[in-house]
Amino acid sequence: MSISLQGTIGRGEFERSLNLSVADGEVLAITGPNGSGKSTIIHTIAALVPLRSGHLESDGAMWDAPDSKQWVAPENRTCAVVFQDLRLFPHMNVIANVSYGLRAQGVSKDEAHSRSTAVLARVGLSLFATRRPSELSGGERQRVALARALVVEPRVLLLDEPLSAVDVVSRAALRELLPEVLGGFAGATILVTHDLSDVEAMATRSLGLF
Amino acid sequence: MQTTAPERRQITAVSRPSDKAFQGVVTAGALSAFVVLALIAGFLFLRSTEVFRTFGFDFITRSKWDAGSVEDARAPQFGVAAMLLGSIIVSTMAMIFALPFVMGTSLFLEYYISRRIRFVLVSILDLMAAIPSIIYGLWGYLVLMPYASHWAASINKYLGWIPIFAVDRENFDASPFVASLVLCLMILPIASSVTREVYSRAPQDQITAAYALGASRWGAIRAVVLPFGLSGLVGGMLLGLGRALGETIAVLLTLNLVFAVKFQVLASAGGNVASLIASRFGEAGPLELKALMAAGLVLFVLTLLVNFGASIIVGRASRSTK
Amino acid sequence: MTSTTSLVTPRRPWVNRRNVYKELIPTFGIAGALAVLIVNFTGLAGPLGSYVAFVAAYLTVSFLFGMRHDKIKAFDKVMTTLICAGFFTAFIPWVSILFTVFKRGASAIYWGYFTSDMSVTSGDDELNLGGLSHAIVGSGIILLIASLIAIPFGIITAIYITEIRGRFSGLVRIMIQSMSGVPSIVAGLFVFAILVSGRGFSAISGAVALSILMLPTVARTAEEVLKLVPEDLRTSALALGATQTATTFRIVLPAARAGLVTASMLGMARVAGETAPLIMTSFYSANFSTDTSGHPLASLPMYIYQNFSNGTDLALSRAWGGAAVLLTLIFIIFTIARLASGRAKG
Repeated sequence: MSISLQGTIGRGEFERSLNLSVADGEVLAITGPNGSGKSTIIHTIAALVPLRSGHLESDGAMWDAPDSKQWVAPENRTCAVVFQDLRLFPHMNVIANVSYGLRAQGVSKDEAHSRSTAVLARVGLSLFATRRPSELSGGERQRVALARALVVEPRVLLLDEPLSAVDVVSRAALRELLPEVLGGFAGATILVTHDLSDVEAMATRSLGLF
Repeated sequence: MQTTAPERRQITAVSRPSDKAFQGVVTAGALSAFVVLALIAGFLFLRSTEVFRTFGFDFITRSKWDAGSVEDARAPQFGVAAMLLGSIIVSTMAMIFALPFVMGTSLFLEYYISRRIRFVLVSILDLMAAIPSIIYGLWGYLVLMPYASHWAASINKYLGWIPIFAVDRENFDASPFVASLVLCLMILPIASSVTREVYSRAPQDQITAAYALGASRWGAIRAVVLPFGLSGLVGGMLLGLGRALGETIAVLLTLNLVFAVKFQVLASAGGNVASLIASRFGEAGPLELKALMAAGLVLFVLTLLVNFGASIIVGRASRSTK
Repeated sequence: MTSTTSLVTPRRPWVNRRNVYKELIPTFGIAGALAVLIVNFTGLAGPLGSYVAFVAAYLTVSFLFGMRHDKIKAFDKVMTTLICAGFFTAFIPWVSILFTVFKRGASAIYWGYFTSDMSVTSGDDELNLGGLSHAIVGSGIILLIASLIAIPFGIITAIYITEIRGRFSGLVRIMIQSMSGVPSIVAGLFVFAILVSGRGFSAISGAVALSILMLPTVARTAEEVLKLVPEDLRTSALALGATQTATTFRIVLPAARAGLVTASMLGMARVAGETAPLIMTSFYSANFSTDTSGHPLASLPMYIYQNFSNGTDLALSRAWGGAAVLLTLIFIIFTIARLASGRAKG
C-alpha cells in the first residue's frame, strides 16, 4: 500500500472517520459536496493539519499517529500537493516556481534546472519558463502548479480540485493532459473533485464522502 | 389612550448647522500638526537666516565650531560638517548592528513561538521602547562603556590595519562605536515592531505551499516571508534611522564630541548634530545660538526626509498586502 | 471557491511539536557541557563569555544533529539557532538595564528621598540627605500641562480622520507621521525660540515642548482605537436622527473610552522621560516649587541629568535613584495603558 489513512479528521460537526488506502499506480477520486472534508484529507496527508485520531502511513512509514505521538514533518513526507487555489509564488518566475521544491530539498542548481525544464516540457510550457505567474492564463498556471508537484518525484500525488480554477477552454485541454500525466505517474494519486466527469476520465477508483 | 405620531423629521442631504460647526472645529484642530510643523520650520529658518547669510554654504561644508573671542580678535566661525557626518556615521553603524537583531527578533516572534508567548514578549518589547533615552545614556556610559572599550581595543588590535578601525591614541572610551551600540539598542524595539507587523502578513497559503513542496521552516521563510517583508524591513530600519539621527541625550552621554571630520569609529572622537545643540546650548552667545538654530534646522530637514521615506515605504508595504 | 477550505483551520504547519523535545533536550545538554569546557579552557570568561560560548556550542551541536538527516535540515537548524540567538541576545542589554537601574538606584532611595528636595543638599552630600520630591512634583506638573494640550488635539485629529473623513485625511496622517519623527531637541529649540528666549525658563514652555512630542503618539493610537468602534453603531445612531456631533460625543467616544485612556497613557509614557527638550525649556531647579511660569522647574529626567553631570560617586547614585523612580513611573503609566486596552477588548 503506498498510502493508507485510518482515523478521524476535522473538528466538531465536521469530524468524520475515514478508512482509505491507495496503491501505487492507482488514482483514487474523492467526491462529495462542499464541506464534506475532501480538502481536509489532502491537507492531513500533506501534514498541514494533524490527524484527530487513528494513523496515516505510507510505504510502511508511520507519518502521523496521535496516539503513539508519531509525526513526520511536512518536508520529510514524500508527497506533493496541487492546491485548489494553486498558491504559486508570485515573486518567482515559472522555472523558479517549478524548481523550488528541488532546491528546497538540496538538489544542485543545474540539476534542478534541467529536471524542471523536462517537466515543464511534459506539461507543454517550455516557452513560458521566464514568465511570472501573473502573466499566465488560468490554465497555464494550473499546469505550472502541476509541474511544480511532479518535479519533486513524489510517491503520493495530491490533487485538490485541479480543474476548478480553469476556464472552459483550458479545461478541455487539461482533461486530455491530466490522464496522460497520471498514467505515466508511478506513485499513488488522490484526486479531490466534485465533477463526476473528472472521475470517469481519470480515476481508477472512487470514494464518495457524504 | 391616544398616541400622537411624532412630528415629521426633515430629511435633507445638507449638514445641519451644528454639524457644520463641529466639522469646522475638528478640521481646524486636525490641521494643528501641519501648523506646528510649519511653525517649527519657519521659526528655525527665521532665527538662522543671519547665520546662513554670514557663512553661506560653508556652514554645511566646514567643520570648525568657534564662537570667536573679542580679546584675541578671532572672528566666530561655525560649520556643522563634522557633526553632520558624525550623526550619519553613528546612525548608520547603529543600523548595521541592529539589522541582524531586528530580523532575528521579528522572525522569532512571528514564526518560532506560540501565539500566547508572543503576546507576552511583544508587550515586553513595547515596554522596552518606553525606556527613556537618559537611562540608556546612563547605562551606556556607566555599564556598557567598559565592555565596549574592551571590545573596541580587541577589534583595533586584530583589524587595526583597516583604516576605519585605526586609532591615533589608545583611547577607546566615548567613541562612535560605543554611541552606536547604545543607539542600536534604542532603535531595536521600533524597527522590530514595524518589521514583525509586515512579516506577520506574509501569505499563509504560500508558506504552506512551500511546506508541502518539501521546504524546511527556514526554506519557507526564505522563499516567501523575506521577499514579501523586504519593504517592511527597509521601512522599519529607516524609521529607526530617523530616530537615531535625532537622538540627543543618549549620544551626548556616550560620545566625545570633536570638531573635526574623522572616520576612525573606534577612537574617542566623533560628531553628532543633536548632541552638539544640547552641549553648546548652555553657554552660547547670541550668534552661536543662531548657529545652533541653523544646526537644528539641518537636523529637522534631514530627519523629516528620512521619516517621510520610511512612512511611504511602510505605507506601501501595508497597502500592497490588503 | 468552495467552502471545503473553511474546514481547515489555518494554522502554521510547524506548530505540531509532538517530538520537538526529543532533540531539543540533548542538544541543550551537550551544548551546555561544551560551553563549560570552552569557558574553562579559553579566554572567554564571565556571564557574557559563557553566553557566547554556549551559543557557539549550540550552533555546532544543532548543525551536527541536523546532519544526521541531510544538509537542508542542518542549515534549517543553524538558522533556527541564529534567529533565537538574535532574539535572546537583544534581550540581554535590557535585562542589564533594568537590573542596574533598580540595584544601584536602591542605594539612593530612603524614606526621605520622596519627601525632601535638593535645596539645602548638594549632589555629593551623603545619601541620607535630600531627595527628589521637587523633581517628581515638577515632572507631574509638566506632564499634566502637556497632556492638557496634546490629548485634546490628538483625539480631535483622530476624530477628523475616522469620523469626519475630510479631504485632508491623507495629508493629516502624513503630517502626524512626520511629526512623530521630529527630534526632541528640535522641538526644544523651537519652543526656546518662541517662548523662552527673552522670557526665561518655565514649566509651561517645557510642557509645550513635550506636547509637540506627545501629540503624534496620542493621535495615532486614538485613530486605531476609533477605527475599532463598529460602523453599525455610527450608522444606527445617524439613522435614529442623531447629528454627527451627537453621534461622535454620545456614541463613538464613549464606546472607545478605554482605548482613549490607553492612547493618552501611551503618549505620557512616551514623553515622561524626555530630557533634551527640557534642557532648553523648563531647565532645572533644586527647590521644591509648583510655579508654572517665569521660573525653572525641576523634573525627573533633568534631576538625573544634573546628577550625572556632577559626576561624583554619590551624585551618580542619586542619578540611578532618579532613574529607578522615573522607570517605575513609566512602567506604572504603561500598566494603566495595558489594563485599559485589555478592558477595551473585553
